[in-house]
Amino acid sequence: MPINALEISGLYKAFDRPAVAGLDLTVRGGEFYALLGPNGAGKTTSLRMVAGLLLPDRGTIHVFGKNALTDGLETKRITSWVPDEPMIYDRLTPAEYLEFVAGLWGVDAKLAAQRSGELLEWLKLAPHAGGRCEGFSKGMRQKVALAGALIHEPKLIILDEPLTGLDAASARLVKDVLLDRVGRGATVIMTTHILEVAERMAERIGVIANGKLVAEGTLGELRQLAGKGEGSLEEVFLDIVAEDDTVVTSENRKDAA
Amino acid sequence: MSSPASLTWFARHELSLSWRDFITMMTAGKPHRQMAVIIFILIASIVMHMFAWAVIGPSLPFTGSGATDQGVLIIVTGLIALSFSLMSSQAMESVTRVFYARSDLDLILSSPASTRRVFTVRIAAVAFSTTMLSLLLAAPAINVLAILDSPYWLGAYLLIFGLGIIATIFSLSLTIILFRTVGAKRTRLISQIVAALVGAVFIIGVQLAAIASIGSVSRLDFLVSDTVRSWAPGNDSLLWIPARAAMGEPGPLMLVVISAVLLFGWAIVAFSSGFSEKVLAAAGLSHGISKTRDRGPSFRQRGATATLRLKEWKLLLRDHWLISQTLMQVFYLIPPAFMLWQGFGTTSALSTVIAPVLVMASGQLAGGLAWLAISGEDAPQLVATAPVSRASIIRAKVEAVLSAVAVLVVPILAVMAWVDIAVALVCACCIMAASASATAIQLWFRSQARRSNFRRRQTSSRVATFAEAFSSIFWAGSAALWANGSLYALVLVSCALLVLATARGLRPNLTDEFLH
Repeated sequence: MPINALEISGLYKAFDRPAVAGLDLTVRGGEFYALLGPNGAGKTTSLRMVAGLLLPDRGTIHVFGKNALTDGLETKRITSWVPDEPMIYDRLTPAEYLEFVAGLWGVDAKLAAQRSGELLEWLKLAPHAGGRCEGFSKGMRQKVALAGALIHEPKLIILDEPLTGLDAASARLVKDVLLDRVGRGATVIMTTHILEVAERMAERIGVIANGKLVAEGTLGELRQLAGKGEGSLEEVFLDIVAEDDTVVTSENRKDAA
Repeated sequence: MSSPASLTWFARHELSLSWRDFITMMTAGKPHRQMAVIIFILIASIVMHMFAWAVIGPSLPFTGSGATDQGVLIIVTGLIALSFSLMSSQAMESVTRVFYARSDLDLILSSPASTRRVFTVRIAAVAFSTTMLSLLLAAPAINVLAILDSPYWLGAYLLIFGLGIIATIFSLSLTIILFRTVGAKRTRLISQIVAALVGAVFIIGVQLAAIASIGSVSRLDFLVSDTVRSWAPGNDSLLWIPARAAMGEPGPLMLVVISAVLLFGWAIVAFSSGFSEKVLAAAGLSHGISKTRDRGPSFRQRGATATLRLKEWKLLLRDHWLISQTLMQVFYLIPPAFMLWQGFGTTSALSTVIAPVLVMASGQLAGGLAWLAISGEDAPQLVATAPVSRASIIRAKVEAVLSAVAVLVVPILAVMAWVDIAVALVCACCIMAASASATAIQLWFRSQARRSNFRRRQTSSRVATFAEAFSSIFWAGSAALWANGSLYALVLVSCALLVLATARGLRPNLTDEFLH
């Protein structure tokens, strides 16, 4: 039986109020999974816990069968995280940045150099490989960050709003790279507010609202769930989220009573 | 109400922003601390007045003899020159920010508002902030002199106002000259270095002159020495105009103030037309991609710890502005180093002057570098998601900081060891302790920030700032006493450890993603 890429169970994290409230989520190996939800739904918080950037208050996270909370280093070895705001070093060149990331993940230098060349070429960064990142546009910075996330060939790639602020050509390139990785067996989990992207690229879509998974399935399954035979993902999503709001509101009303 | 985009409208806008910035800086972004800050300012003001009273009181009276006493004129002129050099340094940094800080300039310059008005208000704001800082520092001394000696001393307030404007226009002219000669790309860096030099040059210059002529690092001893008296011109010289203005003589005072106002008007007329061009030239810099010719050592075939360490060094070495800011502390090592070179390097001079200065400078340097490596990490999420243990990350960053400090102090320690190996060993131990303490404090009080905020790092935590300063002071004192064979050194070591324990106890409960 194939191992799931990600298994989250009873995940809970509260700041001033619960951000993630008992999330259960399973993503299969080799799958392109899109995580949708309104602002503040808990998508980013959940994925940051998976990436080891936040500790949950309770719950479990397993990445390819390994416990991410007790065996963090092992899960980090096979995971990569791309935040919405690319965090790279302005004073390093893209080539140096990739060397640095490869060093952190312990990739063999020869292999790293070869992969670095391929990634820079593919992402059309090769002409700028020797220029420092400080003058790069948002799109170029995002591509450098993405190249860094791929240099160690992770089995699980987590991306938080990777297409925000990218022009059409850069967005297309990023999408192509991600689909290629899925084709080679990697698992991609991506949050996005661009529903067309989720509709076209993802095999399965999960919808989070108020820190919980409120709907999950293929686009067809979600349409059925929302009772929208031929509706677009946008219509389905708005229906699901609105329904969830109603539930919360009615619960609140009961509490208040 | 002033009409939109008028001079007064811009001035109000600027004043309101500066006030909010000041309050945020003083309260570290926590508005509920405003009352505590007011109480602190009141107490600090009383303490400063008491201090001024204790220092100035025994030397009085000045007036009556002041106008004719050459010694008084020399001291007052020396203090004015010191203030002017510090004002010019501060003004130069602020003027540079006027041209280079993007903030709202894009918005304002894209509007149909008059560029000349924006320029006038911004330069006036620089002069105002420069003057206010000097007034804050000089006010206790002026007040004490006015009470104990003569109310004429209140004229010094006007003098500082005039000097603030002159220092601002001097710095503005220098910046414009740099723009024209070296271009927008290099002006920022060079003006930062010039600002540092202008600020330090008077103190260091007088110290060096003191060492060379009277064999002491005391600036005051030097100013009242016969050597300076013999160089000084007669009492009717124009050189004493600022000193006479400070002492309230109406003629010199009016001369300084009127000159300042005329200079300001001239600078606005002369420089405002090129303001937007220079701002646009400065803005264009961020859109260019700078090539790296010398890549230096490669990240290849290194362990994760070594990779992280190398990254810290590379980033620091490639940021010239940060280097100039970080090495500011090293400027103050020049006089003791000169003293060592001059042959005053007896064991006594080593232990009482050089050892504590070196320890203090190392502690401050380590604190600055540790802030850059820990809080100024540009990609904390990348480092945190790497399969590297927390201990390895901390080790790499601490090693990067301590080795950079070592590169700077080891040559001086080697010369010290040649004079007296025991003192050099004591100094090395205290340098390690001071550097490690400063690094630990930065680790406990870390908060994610941009590297460009380096100069304002102290505002993030008052506890960390004071703990870092006091631990360096105690370790420096320990070095002086230990090197002299005094057992009181143990008391200061205990104080340093107490500061560390207190800082550790007060450290915030960090919920950051970095270093889980």
